[in-house]
Amino acid sequence: MSDFKGETLSWQIVNGAIELALHREVCNEISSLTLTELEKFAVALPKLASSAHALIIYSKQQAGFCAGADLRELFERGQKMDKSAALQGVREFLERIHAVMNAIDAASIPTIAAVHGVTFGGGFELALVCDMIVADRMARFCFPELRLGLIPGFGGIPRLKRDLGNAVVRDLLLTGRSFNVTKAQQIGLVSQIAAEGEALRVARGTASQMGKFDRTTSAAAKAFVKPIPYDELKREIDIFCDLYSRPAVEEGLRKFVQNEGPQPYLP
Amino acid sequence: MSSSAIDQTVEQILNLAAAHFKVPREKLTPDDDFFKTLGINSLQALDLLTRLEQHFRIELPDYELQGVSDFRTLANRIQSRL
Repeated sequence: MSDFKGETLSWQIVNGAIELALHREVCNEISSLTLTELEKFAVALPKLASSAHALIIYSKQQAGFCAGADLRELFERGQKMDKSAALQGVREFLERIHAVMNAIDAASIPTIAAVHGVTFGGGFELALVCDMIVADRMARFCFPELRLGLIPGFGGIPRLKRDLGNAVVRDLLLTGRSFNVTKAQQIGLVSQIAAEGEALRVARGTASQMGKFDRTTSAAAKAFVKPIPYDELKREIDIFCDLYSRPAVEEGLRKFVQNEGPQPYLP
Repeated sequence: MSSSAIDQTVEQILNLAAAHFKVPREKLTPDDDFFKTLGINSLQALDLLTRLEQHFRIELPDYELQGVSDFRTLANRIQSRL
């Protein structure tokens, strides 16, 4: 389908580029429904790519690009079933979203994440799937998972390692701190910074430039410079599942979900 | 760090917060709880943090702000990074 309007996201082709817009309140938390709609996109992508020269992923939510996994759903689902069923559900979710992420990563056309505001956890991982990140000057990045006793589970560590030096990766993971776009550009994560509110416009201009080149050459260059770390991605799922089944994670999620203060529970 | 430096930093924070969150400057005082006075949530607090980092040209890890909710303590944290 050339265009789609779902409950959490939509896509259409605009001036020759596929534009995938995230639009779930509050900040595009990735739920089961988001995953289902992302899977629809992944299925449609090869055909869409045959009639487009680039893919741009962006958010229509003011708060940011994406705040990551829907932790409330993750916690509440875990409460409704026994531990082995909950773990199996988590593994299935991870395997499904990895398939989506890998499909976007391997897209034959150039891909751009146009991000602003909160780009955390799974949202950061979605951005890392893209060939480049164009960031609004107010964008903020973070892998907070270790603060809840987990690791990033949507392919974040292997893809961060692909793009950045290991020392920087360790800092970002082991502190769980957030960082701004200036830092993101310094460490080589963001290649272009846009003025506030202008990331999508800048991404469209970049996509237009990319569209001038021979498709086969662009695809070959991309495949050469951006190999997909499949083995590490599989290991990430195993490590995440090993960690998820511990009581400390349930307690961390409970504190996060049930926190009613102005600041989220993030130790 | 000197108290005058802290005072100057507080003043800059208050001016920035008042302008961005459209709160009359005279309603903000250094010891205010900025979550309450500005009426902001955690996502907006991150926005404020990013603006402060850009204004002061510093990197301020969010874990240094845990438990910080008043402008004066925030100014102290910023001063330690200048």
